[in-house]
Amino acid sequence: MRHILSVTVENEPGVLSRVAGLFSGRGFNIESLNVGPTLDPGVSHMTITTEGDELIIEQIIKQLRKLVMVIKVVDLTTLKAVQREMVLIKVSAEDSKRAEILRIVDIFRCKVVDVSVDELTIEITGDQEKISALISLLTRFGIKETARSGTVSLRRAMQLSS
Amino acid sequence: MEMTGAQILLECLKREGVEVVFGFPGGAVIDIYHELPNSPIKHILVRHEQGAIHAADGYARASGSVGVCLVTSGPGATNTVTGIATAYMDSIPVVILTGQVPTKLIGNDAFQEVDIVGITRPCTKHNYLVKDVRDLAHVVRQAFYLARSGRPGPVLVDLPKDVMQAKTAFKYPEDVSMRSYNPTYKPHIGQVRKVAQLIKKAERPLIYSGGGVISSKGHEELTWLARKLSIPVTSTLMGLGAFPGDDPLWLGMLGMHGTYTANMAVSNADLVLAVGARFDDRVTGKVSTFAPKATLVHIDIDPTSIQKNVSVHVPLVSDCKLALAALKKDLEQAAEELDWAAKHKAWIKQVKAWNKEHPLTYKEGTGISPQYVVETIGELTKGKAIITTEVGQNQMWAAQFLKITKPNTFLSSGGLGTMGYGFPAAIGAQMAFPGALVIDIAGDGSIQMNIQELATAVCHNLPVKIVILNNGYLGMVRQWQELFYQKNYCETCMEAQPDFVKLAEAYGAAGFRVTEKKDVAPVLKKAFKLKQTVIVDVRVEREANVYPMIPAGASLTEMLLV
Ligand SMILES: Cc1ncc(C[n+]2csc(CCOP(=O)(O)OP(=O)(O)O)c2C)c(N)n1
Repeated sequence: MRHILSVTVENEPGVLSRVAGLFSGRGFNIESLNVGPTLDPGVSHMTITTEGDELIIEQIIKQLRKLVMVIKVVDLTTLKAVQREMVLIKVSAEDSKRAEILRIVDIFRCKVVDVSVDELTIEITGDQEKISALISLLTRFGIKETARSGTVSLRRAMQLSS
Repeated sequence: MEMTGAQILLECLKREGVEVVFGFPGGAVIDIYHELPNSPIKHILVRHEQGAIHAADGYARASGSVGVCLVTSGPGATNTVTGIATAYMDSIPVVILTGQVPTKLIGNDAFQEVDIVGITRPCTKHNYLVKDVRDLAHVVRQAFYLARSGRPGPVLVDLPKDVMQAKTAFKYPEDVSMRSYNPTYKPHIGQVRKVAQLIKKAERPLIYSGGGVISSKGHEELTWLARKLSIPVTSTLMGLGAFPGDDPLWLGMLGMHGTYTANMAVSNADLVLAVGARFDDRVTGKVSTFAPKATLVHIDIDPTSIQKNVSVHVPLVSDCKLALAALKKDLEQAAEELDWAAKHKAWIKQVKAWNKEHPLTYKEGTGISPQYVVETIGELTKGKAIITTEVGQNQMWAAQFLKITKPNTFLSSGGLGTMGYGFPAAIGAQMAFPGALVIDIAGDGSIQMNIQELATAVCHNLPVKIVILNNGYLGMVRQWQELFYQKNYCETCMEAQPDFVKLAEAYGAAGFRVTEKKDVAPVLKKAFKLKQTVIVDVRVEREANVYPMIPAGASLTEMLLV
């Protein structure tokens, strides 16, 4: 199963390679890894998307906690969390198809960020489902390139029990 | 008062209680060496940096305190990697100080530059590059704290040359606090109660103890628990010595070359208490058939070792000593009220029967059996020596046929299985205990991996004894070739052996050769009395094998016996 881990780390040199090296060295899978500073300049925040059965996820979490530079690890999968990814999609758009693509862009409430004679670059932000849906709709026009940010995530302030 | 980085470093070492450093100089650390004569710290010059790190490791294992090694940048640093990984796998507290090129050259492929922090990231508990002399004292303090606390391990500190030369006011940080590092020491009391209940209920309990018992100094608590409650004990290679090897409840080591009794006991126990052990594959054999009838309790300070290889029923994250002490407290009353020997009578009887069926033994051939040599060492030293081993058959025979009775007296590379470990480790142990009899039980292959340290031992008058079980083969690999590869002895016959006696003499040590069984005891006796470095080259049966043996990946009950 896919898990999203929120990892708080000391903002020190080498911390990213320590975390990434943990995954590669132990044969764990990283689907995406995102790092950025927090409001506290001494602390960075990572969002790691990974996959594995319960035992593997348990190991990943424990191994991450064991790293000296890791302050906190939370498995957001078990919590209510906001997840977002940003993707840029460059799609073929000859004149005959352009209107239809723009209609899709509209429905998905995403943005056209670059235009040329026969291409459109679209920016979408959303959760996995929304992004997959857009990509599958655009596929038939011919997707030329994509660039994905990987998931970033924060737990929701209100954890209403479901 | 302003001090240079080199002065600060040495001052920190002193305050950490460091008495001896094993090292090898070079341009990047020359400033530190320049200050060494002004410091009370003793430096042991090795002949290869691998020797320095193993010696620091042997020192740490024998003394229970942190071992320190100091080397230069680039090749000096990379030469320690095998030893760092060795210490990492066995959770040994060492601090490795490596020189580095000046900060402004870092990243420029400067002369003797290597990214040692990057190289050792996966095999250190933590590591540091000190970029500013003002951080130095703080980092060194943290390094020692990390190395010895929680699950111990190696910590590396990389020291650029200009940082060693720069000056700042020295202030020793009294406290170390790291928000991201908080090992759990105390056991959860509810879990302790649960384990105590399980022990009370069990009919066929077994203790499987590991190196964690030794590093937490929990051997007395372990021994109390086993003896008071009449629970038989087996251990890993790393656990040898935590429970007296001459106790009637001692079953011998378990796993690939464990005893029949220990492996049968694990396979039939209804409760297995794993303490400070990590279910290594050499111990479990085929995981799915490990301890199939047992409730598994796992006590370990490191949460990652719990549920990593096997799924356990009752986890208990704690320092082993504290957990065992808590169990003792909980069970003290029950220990008095109940006749535990009577309660476990049938189980103990069964264990004894297994031992009778297949005791640890060997077939004597016409030549000298290596097992006989080990037994003779045991008889001559009566548990009073510190034994180190190399890796291979020599190591397994030492583990099987010596009765290790005290913790910190059997030093062996368990996790990594590093040939060349034993001799430099013996040098380290001898430095920790100058008056002790320290013996490296070696193979003819392994000893050649760090033979150059003879010069170190001789130079410092360290009376380390090396007993080579010389079979002319890379014996353990040859054994696998014999048993599983149709006797295709490819590249395991050691041709062109040196004359070990002459070699010892060339270095200024003493050398003896033994070719007949009747000479084994007298020559060893003589060697052990000598106050100098000695090699005893014992020509043993060339094709003796280590038994019992469980083929890799088989179950503990699928043993090849003598
Ligand atoms: C550095 C290193 N290289 C290779 C090995 C693989 N290995 C394990 S045991 C062994 C044979 C050891 O031979 P020797 O030291 O003569 O001891 P014996 O088994 O004959 O007692 C080898 C090559 C190892 N453990 N360590």
